[in-house]
Amino acid sequence: MITFDTVSKHYRGQTVAVDKLSLTAPTGKLTIFVGPSGCGKTTSLRMVNRLIAPSSGRILLDGEPTDTMDVAVLRRKIGYVIQNAGLFPHRTVVQNIATTARLNGTPKDQALRIAHDLLERVGLSSAFANRYPWQLSGGQQQRVGVARALASDPKFMLMDEPFSAVDPVVRGQLQDEFLRLQRDIGKTIIMVTHDIDEALKLGDQVVVLRTGGTLAQVATPQELLARPADDFVADFIGRDRGYRVLGFAEFAKGGVPLGAEPTATLGATPETLRQIATDRWVLVTDPLNRPLGWADVDSLKGPLRDGDLNLSGTLAVEGSSLRHVLDAVLSSPSGRGVIVGQSGELMGTVTLSHVAEAIEAARTGRLGTQP
Amino acid sequence: MRFDWLYRESGRIAELFLWHLGLSVIPVVIGLLLALPLGWLAQRAGFFRSTLLGAAGLLYTIPSLALFVLLPLVLGTRILDPMNVVVALTVYALALLVRTVSDGLESVPPDVIQAANAMGYRRLPRLFVVELPLAVPVIAAGLRVAVVSNVSIVSVAALIGTPQLGLLFTQGLQLRFLTPIIAGIVLCVLLAALLDGLVLFAAKRMTPWQPGGAER
Amino acid sequence: MIAWFSDPTHWTGSDGVFALVIQHLIYSGVALFFACLIGLPIGLYVGHTGRGVVLIAGLANALRSLPSLGLIVLLVILFGPVFASDMAFIVPSIIVLVLLAVPPIMSGTYAGVAAVDPAAVDAARGMGKRPLDILFDVELPCALPLIFSGLRSATLQIISTATIAAYVSLGGLGRLIIDGRAQNDYYQMAAGAVLVGALALLVDLAIGILSRLTVSPGLTRRL
Ligand SMILES: Nc1ncnc2c1ncn2[C@@H]1O[C@H](COP(=O)(O)OP(=O)(O)O)[C@@H](O)[C@H]1O
Ligand SMILES: [Mg+2]
Repeated sequence: MITFDTVSKHYRGQTVAVDKLSLTAPTGKLTIFVGPSGCGKTTSLRMVNRLIAPSSGRILLDGEPTDTMDVAVLRRKIGYVIQNAGLFPHRTVVQNIATTARLNGTPKDQALRIAHDLLERVGLSSAFANRYPWQLSGGQQQRVGVARALASDPKFMLMDEPFSAVDPVVRGQLQDEFLRLQRDIGKTIIMVTHDIDEALKLGDQVVVLRTGGTLAQVATPQELLARPADDFVADFIGRDRGYRVLGFAEFAKGGVPLGAEPTATLGATPETLRQIATDRWVLVTDPLNRPLGWADVDSLKGPLRDGDLNLSGTLAVEGSSLRHVLDAVLSSPSGRGVIVGQSGELMGTVTLSHVAEAIEAARTGRLGTQP
Repeated sequence: MRFDWLYRESGRIAELFLWHLGLSVIPVVIGLLLALPLGWLAQRAGFFRSTLLGAAGLLYTIPSLALFVLLPLVLGTRILDPMNVVVALTVYALALLVRTVSDGLESVPPDVIQAANAMGYRRLPRLFVVELPLAVPVIAAGLRVAVVSNVSIVSVAALIGTPQLGLLFTQGLQLRFLTPIIAGIVLCVLLAALLDGLVLFAAKRMTPWQPGGAER
Repeated sequence: MIAWFSDPTHWTGSDGVFALVIQHLIYSGVALFFACLIGLPIGLYVGHTGRGVVLIAGLANALRSLPSLGLIVLLVILFGPVFASDMAFIVPSIIVLVLLAVPPIMSGTYAGVAAVDPAAVDAARGMGKRPLDILFDVELPCALPLIFSGLRSATLQIISTATIAAYVSLGGLGRLIIDGRAQNDYYQMAAGAVLVGALALLVDLAIGILSRLTVSPGLTRRL
């Protein structure tokens, strides 16, 4: 647990970067600081490991005030990850990772062993072990940065825009991997981002700060979407709030009834397809019954080939949130959303009216539990 | 400090000063004129780069007095000929400036070059209209180093008898007389500051687009 | 000149080539040692704290414009009478060598430390490294390439100026040039010049090798 107790920071007595911040980042949870640029996120984060000294107020780790601790000892208890990784360019990847373990007194060979294990946990093959940072892509460097913070097995982690400097595709991968990792390790984490989508996707708890360093709202992502505290928060979360709320757990496994869907395989003749078809569109699967795409019966001239398939439909994995299910419906040319099992096999299709009913049921259920 | 001596010798000192000025400036000017095309070649990577910059580094390694002494062997001049000093200092200036010019051209942002290409500049006009002007700050910085260190190296030529302010040092030692030595040092420093300021001023005039002029 | 080199009496004895090379190396080594002793800490301090940047830049510029020959002669006349025997010219010469070698070492070290990726230093602080550990584990090793280039210029400057100092009786290969000039023996002068040039190239090469051995391939990007 990391506690901010009326913490303020003034620069040169003038700029107020953080203003009387009080909040708690609960043990084992990922707390996200989010807000517009310059709202004091980085300053707040760096006051935790005292890279910046608070002007007033206290920060406590598990109830223990940090201002009386030896500053190096305090920092060694806390993993620290920054935007551009900040790897040591003169050290190899494993040497970089082993640094924090060594700082905490782990013997050298044990630290290197830990480093090798961590390399795999963050999704890098052991081929990277003896490379130097310049030989790594930005995303790979960031993974090493995370591994380095984890090598001392700290209870707490601070992460400042860890995924901001990489392209959107890599960012998505890193986020997913990090969520998986955090599910295993359950660290008490404060992460800073300016990206509200990242905050909603990753956070157990989201702290919205406004310019001037004041607290706007502390809430779970669902609460934030459903009940923004004021105009500023509502604005900051942006459009599509109602749609994005479908992405959360309470809308999962919505119990949308699955319909059976007739399927064809590649090579089928137009006559066969017309016999199967219930309307213009027939779902095409591979021999393992995994969906490949939709075939348009009306425009088919000869036997069904790869190039005839319409690939616009997204697939929703069984049990995923209503957001994915709805998207599968909306993107499908036939209007029927394809639901697949864990290994990609076809389970059936759903229709818009069934999804709408499920959304309505979930919404009223949620409203019903509102105090 | 014997000012009466200075006054009596002022004519000769002025003459030595002019010699010093010429020996400091001419080699740098020739060196720059040669360095521009060579640096341009070196910047275009590959074989030229490693060979030219390697040769330049090697030349720069040779101590000045050694070069003064060895050049008569190469040039067929006599040991007292001021030509030896001019050539030696040109070699130093060239060695330093080839690298500087190549670094300067390297410092031109690739976006700018691409934009110039897209507008239809051919290679040579692009060099003169776009690349060289933008390389001025880096080249000027190298030129300042070349000029200032040249003023100091010129005085070494006194040991082989070439006329310039360095003769005040050898004379001072022979006579155990401080006045010419101090006068020589002061004039050298003044000359260096003057030439340095000149390069700085010229560079500022040539780069009105730079915040704060040529200093980076 | 080949005749000069093939005369064995020119090589041995107290004023033979071997003895002169050793002398040249000793004076240069001593000067380099003191220059490092002064230049490295100042460069590290300024680079680490960012304080005094303008001061050392100005100092380096001013020292570069001082004529080395004038300085040597001045110090010999001023301090010569203070010391007994050979020290009368050795001490002033070494002082000038040090004075000329400090600026490149100082500037190289400063520039090297200042150029270290701030993110790496921030990460080092954030993980709980103490200031001296940051200096010696992160900043110094990352600054090595530029420190070595400063060291290189300083060494060449020293070897070159030590040659000139033969004019005030300092030992070393400069003797061959100065004495050759006095005796009107051009071949001796040329031999001295060749030897000084060769010495400079060899020392430069040695520093290059040393830097290859000590600078991490993570910085040189060479594998
Ligand atoms: N060292 C500093 N000196 C003065 N002002 C600063 C300093 N660091 C940050 N600030 C100011 O404090 C405010 C908060 O900065 P920061 O915490 O970095 O914002 P964020 O990380 O949310 O973008 C900004 O207005 C910024 O300009
Ligand atoms: Mg920030």
